[in-house]
Amino acid sequence: MTQAFRTTSGGRIDRKKAITFTFNGKPYIGYEGDTLASALLANGVHLLGRSFKYHRPRGIVAAGAEEPNSMVQLGEGATTEPNIRATQISLYDGLTASSVNVWPNVEFDISAINGLFAKIMTAGFYNKTFMWPRSMWMKLYEPVIRRAAGWGKAPTQQDPDIYDHMHLHVEVMIVGGGPAGLMAALAAGRAGARVLLVDEQSEFGGSLLSRKRQIGAKDEAGWIAEMVAELEAMPDVTLLSRSTAFGYYDHNYLCVLEQKTDHLPAAERVGKVRQRVWHVRAGQVVLATGAHERPLVFADNDRPGIMLAGSVQTYVNRYGVLPGKKMALFTNNDAAYEAAIDLQAAGGDVVAIIDCRSEVSGELVDAARALDIEILAGHAITGTCGGKRVESVEVRAIQKGAKVYTSAARQIKCDLVAMSGGWSPVVHLFSQSQGQLEYDEEKACFLPGTPRQAQQVAGALAGEFTLKDCLAGGYKAGADAARATGFTPKRKPAAPEIDEPDLSGIEPFWIVPGSRPIGEGMAKHFVDLQNDTTAADIELAVREGFESVEHIKRYTLTGFGTDQGKTSNINALAILSGILDKPIPKVGTTTFRPPYTPVSYGALAGRNLGDWSDPVRVTSIHDWHVENGALFENVGQWKRPWYFPKAGETMQDALNRECLAVRSGVGVLDASTLGKIDIRGPDAAEFLNRIYTNAWAKLGIGRVRYGLMCHEDGMVFDDGTTARLAEDRFLMTTTTGGAAGVLDWLEEYLQTEWPELKVYCNSVTEQWATVSIAGPKAGAVLKKLAPDMDLSQENFPFLSFKEGVVAGIDARVFRISFTGELTYEINVPWTCGRVLWEAVMEAGAEFDITPYGTESMHILRAEKGFIIVGQETDGTTTPQDLGMDWIVSKKKPDFIGKRSFTRSDTARADRKQLVGLLTDKPDDVLPEGAQLVFIPHSPKPMPMAGHVTSSYYSATLGRSIALALVKGGHDRMGQKIFAPLEGKTVTAEIVDPVFYDKEGERLNG
Amino acid sequence: MLNIDCPWCGKRHETEFRYGGEAHIARPEDPAKLDDAEWAEFLFMRTNTKGYFAERWLHSHGCRRWFNVIRHTVTHEIVGSYKMGEKPPKLPKSAGGAK
Repeated sequence: MTQAFRTTSGGRIDRKKAITFTFNGKPYIGYEGDTLASALLANGVHLLGRSFKYHRPRGIVAAGAEEPNSMVQLGEGATTEPNIRATQISLYDGLTASSVNVWPNVEFDISAINGLFAKIMTAGFYNKTFMWPRSMWMKLYEPVIRRAAGWGKAPTQQDPDIYDHMHLHVEVMIVGGGPAGLMAALAAGRAGARVLLVDEQSEFGGSLLSRKRQIGAKDEAGWIAEMVAELEAMPDVTLLSRSTAFGYYDHNYLCVLEQKTDHLPAAERVGKVRQRVWHVRAGQVVLATGAHERPLVFADNDRPGIMLAGSVQTYVNRYGVLPGKKMALFTNNDAAYEAAIDLQAAGGDVVAIIDCRSEVSGELVDAARALDIEILAGHAITGTCGGKRVESVEVRAIQKGAKVYTSAARQIKCDLVAMSGGWSPVVHLFSQSQGQLEYDEEKACFLPGTPRQAQQVAGALAGEFTLKDCLAGGYKAGADAARATGFTPKRKPAAPEIDEPDLSGIEPFWIVPGSRPIGEGMAKHFVDLQNDTTAADIELAVREGFESVEHIKRYTLTGFGTDQGKTSNINALAILSGILDKPIPKVGTTTFRPPYTPVSYGALAGRNLGDWSDPVRVTSIHDWHVENGALFENVGQWKRPWYFPKAGETMQDALNRECLAVRSGVGVLDASTLGKIDIRGPDAAEFLNRIYTNAWAKLGIGRVRYGLMCHEDGMVFDDGTTARLAEDRFLMTTTTGGAAGVLDWLEEYLQTEWPELKVYCNSVTEQWATVSIAGPKAGAVLKKLAPDMDLSQENFPFLSFKEGVVAGIDARVFRISFTGELTYEINVPWTCGRVLWEAVMEAGAEFDITPYGTESMHILRAEKGFIIVGQETDGTTTPQDLGMDWIVSKKKPDFIGKRSFTRSDTARADRKQLVGLLTDKPDDVLPEGAQLVFIPHSPKPMPMAGHVTSSYYSATLGRSIALALVKGGHDRMGQKIFAPLEGKTVTAEIVDPVFYDKEGERLNG
Repeated sequence: MLNIDCPWCGKRHETEFRYGGEAHIARPEDPAKLDDAEWAEFLFMRTNTKGYFAERWLHSHGCRRWFNVIRHTVTHEIVGSYKMGEKPPKLPKSAGGAK
């Protein structure tokens, strides 16, 4: 293929390096330095896709991030990416891309028939049309709409690329590497500050990449090269190109997406980081984000070949491409004339300049006249013709302020329309940083007001639309930023002589009149090209009662989508201001939110994938569990053995075997994950007295006690046993998942409420491995391992502990029990866990010692009616609700939670209370979480009576058991309750929650 | 992401901290003396300030100390931080917040 629209010379492309690429299956050639958009235009390809709603043919409009239309599906297979702007894709060898939102293809698209139904597809179309019947949503509306109004396709395979994150602290961060940003970096860098300069484009220079300017002795390219060279030589200045600052967060925290390999051919990307997210904290931020050109809003302003004037200038000057050979320019300002002059100079033909201002004059106007270009002042484009490319425009004389035109039309043939409605400063990051905008009547745009953060603005963003002002403003912003962070700026360099035409003339012009007023007739004045929103949609929204700009945005979709309305927002609110007859500042803007341009999930995730997505905690015995076939359960970040199936066993078989072993012989559990907190200090006992609901002051040294903790509202939040190691020292255990929260809680009270208490706390969870042996034979096993330890009932009773040597290891042995059986919990230094475990297994072999996991532990404790915090409790459960009044001290004057127990709500008789449930059919195992009712088969909604908190099959009892929270349950013993389930209702009897060994005789073996 | 000045460690990212709600709400000396309404006032009621606000933070992934911060709830401007038990710094006049 020849590049029929490539100029013969010029541009920042390398004509010696041809690049082959494929678009919609056809091969093309471009040059290094091209974007996909510039290379397609060089090949005469304008039709890139179909519009969102009406499936109208659409082409390239802009040359950068503001592009609303030309989204493509880039690449194939696992690395494919949907909806990438062709204007921001650097061309590389082997690139493949295709159109999105087309079916079967871009040239012949079936859904274009939507255009015929345009009258009903107006604002609020979705809200109005697809409400009823609801059942049609999943079957018809959803799939069809998805295909008709979707964009690209998400990849279906896992992303194979590598992404990472970097953190950076600098004094001065500058966003935007145009003339203002480069000058700011120079000023801050010369002052000695640590500087970061980021720019989204492939090279620095900003607007100077598109415009020809003489700056002192240098042309624009020479000036950029000199600036970049000086900055690169500064050791504390970091320059990042292809790097988009996409989010501006609190306290000058910005996120930047650096695209490191997206411009390289596939072979050169292998093994490299594809994208990097920089997290930057800056002392001062200089925003020099430039400006985006606004389209003009006229009938059928969406055909391929209708582009922004400044973007036409970019394609001509930067890429050596003529986007068309016969161009009509439509403008309301002087600056756009330069596009016409540059196109003509590059070999194109400007057929007319249509200027809606009735009076035109100035340097650029004169220059255009000198080139014999016809200038139609006081005229507007009132319509366009052409199918997949614009072929002609309809031009009429218009009256200022008129709602309809009356004059005769003239047709002008062309293959390119350049339009310019003026320039809108890129205020996105400024607004994200909470800065308020101010409307400038003279410049016809919103400008940054007073910043909310430590920040400077410069260049076109600050309304500095001339190069001279940009250079001066940029230097000042950089110097001010350096000064504010403690550096002394160097003397300002002398201002260079700049050769630049006067670009300042502009007259706001928001909508071209039609044959009928807006909202009447079929004309489509597109405002938001990406969302197919027209001026008529905005008018309709107002007519239907919407007035707030935020509501209009949501109803008409203006400003949604991947471009976030970069070209449409200001036009939309100006048109809205006209319809409401309110000044633009009174209408206001919608909120700008991150990200500025889309960021892939891969980049956001960085390296935090798979095994790295969350830390995994394992005990020192973990490898033994793995080697012996354990299945694991996640408890917080811990991996705990769930159960240990033997060959051929179902889960229930394994649980039955494990539970029966504990009840009749001996079982062993890895309990290392329980939280352990060492609490020391002369006031430790007093502190526990205030934290726990029961009494602690008189606990003897060497003794252990169970305790409940409540929040101030009286609700249970953790439980566990605590041992008194010495007069001033306790070892507290917590639930596995609650360990960190309990330590936080203890420290909070010590630091904020009771700083006078001399106590300190230390987490020792990972200092002690815990092996729990339980069952009638537990004593026999321990006796073999600790022959010198006195295990007699008198000298080692329940709820006490001993220090001694177990299996040759210094150990603490606790007599506590979560199973109801005789239990010894042996604590040894963490690293000795596996040695102890294997010694226990060997010593227990003759008793057929059985390792068991968390599931059997849950069954065994449920048989005893012991609660699990977070299962029987949910943050609305008091000790009294659990039937645990016995653990709430009546004597202590105060402890955390006490006062709340007498609040009217906690004292209610109909609170949900913990009960046991026995189903009428012993084999029915209720699902955990099942809702319970007192009256079965009553009309819906049935009054709820409570819910099942724990439910198991108990091999010990040969039937199912369940625990439940039931309204007024403590007074309902013996009553029936019902669980309405899918397809059946299960009946159960409310019983005492202790199902097994109510007298507790088994504790002593 | 707030940049919070821990009185012991200096400025650190918000992710190192845990939020602790409104500051200067002391646990009553003798809760038993309070009636239900007074107890509920302590338990549930907070000022929900728009403007400068004294709040507690815990440097949970750092020195693990609790301290107080004066933050503007609209702009997130932080005026200062101070240790538990210290008097709060004088508040600037609230700018009235954002619209």
